[in-house]
Amino acid sequence: MTEKEVRIGVFVCSCGSNIGGLIDVKALAEYSKTLPNVVYSDDNLYTCSETGLQQIRDGIKDHNLNRVVVASCTPRTHEPLFRDTVKEEGVNEYLFNFVNIRDQNTWCHQKHPKEAFEKAKDLIRMGVAKAVKLEALENIIVGATTTAIVIGGGVSGMTTAISLGNQGFQTYLVEKEDHLGGRLNNLYKLFPHDIEASVLLDKLKQNIEKNKNITVYTSSKVTNIEGFVGNYEVEVTHSENKINLTVGAIIVAVGTTLVPMDTVVKEFRQALGKEVFNATVKTIVPPSVTKVMQADLEYAFIHNDFSEDVKKRFPNATLNPSNVVMMQCCGSRNNVRQYCSAVCCMTALKNALILKERNPNVNVTILFRDIYTPGTEYENYYRKARDSGIIFIKYPDEEPPAVVDDKIKVFNEFIGEYILVPYDLIVLSTPLGANDDNKELAQMLKVPLEENQFFLEAHVKLRPMDFATDGVYIAGSAKWPVDITEAITQGYAAASRASTIISHDTIEVEGATSFLPEWNKKVCSGCEVCVTVCPYKAINKNEKDEIEITQVLCKGCGVCGATCTNQAIIIRHFTDEQIMSEIHAFGGV
Amino acid sequence: MSYEPKILGFLCNWCSYAGADLAGVSRMQYPPNIRVIRVMCSGRVDPRFIFEALQVGADGVIVMGCHPGDCHYLEGNYEAEKKFEMVQKFLKLINFDNRVRLEWVSASEGARYAEIVKDFTNQIKELGVSPAGGDNPDKTVLGKLKAMQKAAGGDRLRALVGRERKITEETNVYGEKVSIEKFNDIFDSAIIEEYYRQRILLSLEKDPKSVKDLAIELEIDPSEVLQHILVLKTRIQADFQKIVGNTPIFMKT
Repeated sequence: MTEKEVRIGVFVCSCGSNIGGLIDVKALAEYSKTLPNVVYSDDNLYTCSETGLQQIRDGIKDHNLNRVVVASCTPRTHEPLFRDTVKEEGVNEYLFNFVNIRDQNTWCHQKHPKEAFEKAKDLIRMGVAKAVKLEALENIIVGATTTAIVIGGGVSGMTTAISLGNQGFQTYLVEKEDHLGGRLNNLYKLFPHDIEASVLLDKLKQNIEKNKNITVYTSSKVTNIEGFVGNYEVEVTHSENKINLTVGAIIVAVGTTLVPMDTVVKEFRQALGKEVFNATVKTIVPPSVTKVMQADLEYAFIHNDFSEDVKKRFPNATLNPSNVVMMQCCGSRNNVRQYCSAVCCMTALKNALILKERNPNVNVTILFRDIYTPGTEYENYYRKARDSGIIFIKYPDEEPPAVVDDKIKVFNEFIGEYILVPYDLIVLSTPLGANDDNKELAQMLKVPLEENQFFLEAHVKLRPMDFATDGVYIAGSAKWPVDITEAITQGYAAASRASTIISHDTIEVEGATSFLPEWNKKVCSGCEVCVTVCPYKAINKNEKDEIEITQVLCKGCGVCGATCTNQAIIIRHFTDEQIMSEIHAFGGV
Repeated sequence: MSYEPKILGFLCNWCSYAGADLAGVSRMQYPPNIRVIRVMCSGRVDPRFIFEALQVGADGVIVMGCHPGDCHYLEGNYEAEKKFEMVQKFLKLINFDNRVRLEWVSASEGARYAEIVKDFTNQIKELGVSPAGGDNPDKTVLGKLKAMQKAAGGDRLRALVGRERKITEETNVYGEKVSIEKFNDIFDSAIIEEYYRQRILLSLEKDPKSVKDLAIELEIDPSEVLQHILVLKTRIQADFQKIVGNTPIFMKT
């Protein structure tokens, strides 16, 4: 070391009896003293307690420590606390190293105290070896824009925009259609309280109009995205005009697209004789039979007549039927789309109840595979439907209902027999699917899609509204079909997540990133393999034809360093030298 | 007499390290032979690290990352897989491929982590002490591992591994998509060539030798050795030193 001498302090935690109950922490502290560069070590009952933290502070002061190693639980829970503690005493937080001797040692070898003790010694030796090589790093502070863009003007996007606008953030709302509202425009009433969708839509529109912080771009598409968290440059194209917006955060609220009936019927036909429902499909709904989708029915309720398109194709379609048969899970929960579309059960119940309300004498039969009505309100809605006389028949996965002349033949699992149901209107519950242009947007945002082409969040429980890419959030049916209630909830949630970024005019970015130091630029051959493997597009070639790493884009995964053909790239905090020294300490070299 | 193997694990911070912690929180018991080095992503595990571990006495090395599609860094684990495949191709040459393993463990799979560590420890126990480990490591094997490590650090193999996904799944710079089979043909021969070239260099480092002597030491055909020497000469890594009788002697530059 050219600078000052490396002086390491090792603190061994007993964690009550969690560690100390199995292995001798005092002996471990003594052992630590024998390791290179360790000038001080001690054990304590709980390093994370105020007493323990004070011991670290005193150790740094009294022994002039410039590296600190704590052997205790796991960095995943306590590293931030110890980093802060050493920082208080003027030691750079990256000069702290954690050794896990509880979660991955004493807890797992409870019957082998001797071996666990030896393992702890090895791990501390490895941790100290890395600590010797640690380097001080600074987190990077960059300026940030306190504005946001919401992509998608459906119910979740509108909710997000209103929430952000109300908090005082300049918010841009981009919608590809010429009007806001998304799927809300196509709904008649909303379950479970049967308020009219137009009432909610009007209210949302009013709130957007009167909010001076919200700028709406309809008939517009996002056509390019550059930059990084706090500093995204978004190009919005409105007819021929390109508008460039600088935003701190991006919210994806692009919603979903209804899978059309023809697609579903075609899939049925193609699946004929093949395995679809984990069994062979033998039956279909013939093309000529009068059938509509739930969405067509909603349209008819709104306009008191079927659309011209439906009337042209099926002149017999009547809004005053005597026998309605609804067929659930048409095109979902099969091998083509394995997911449950989530809204179809409640939609069918709602539309069935509306039909009953319009004409109490109508017979409505719902053919289903499973009925999903979670929660008290939805379950009550289902009971209400049953009480109103709607008939529910469960059909087996392997045998979808078939149209036989003027009846529908369905195998009733409960009585173990085929039954024939009369119909004059068939309503298919077709699923909501991913938008065709999701992939295009995902590539611009550098975020992933899941197997059905919906957007994939960073973590289903830990970060449900986030993407792994910082500053990009998700709301509503873009990630999964959700109903209006859930879309609103997620709209608020995404706004709240985005505001954690755009409420500051600076952003602190992790200092442990990949790095091409000046002195290594000669070593770099310019092969660009690093550019290929970087998942965040943080590495580029600049105008001088040199490799350039944008620190704020880098998340520190280290793949480029492990790939670099000439080992010119350094992965800070996980350098080759640091890891090699751990390996050597492991081998006792 | 049973022996206790020394096992080194490289665990990614987000999935497998968290899974290992969960094994502890759930008090799952597994053999205490493993020592863990935490990295942010399994894709950080440079093949050189694995060869290094085997040279300093590891009887087995295991790399663990997030399940495919679950990587915290989107695709780091796919890169880890490609790097690991290279390591295995090398280790197959000296029958060491059973001493390394790549596994996917999610943050919720504490039980799976414990099970894998148990299984891998047993596997290494059955294989016995590594010829490169223990009290009397075999110098020849150590030399071979060293040659592999050097080859794995060289630009030819690293460029191939780094580009594998791009050129086999998308296209190369000429817009051609290379089939996996074709890629593997190229890759396999590159592995063999670079391995022998590094062994030649390591041998020449000790003292200059003739092609014939190298061929005996490496147990390959003298014509192959000559080919390698010619390549090493163009790379300015080896050169002609002198003639003894009728035999040219080569040295490392």
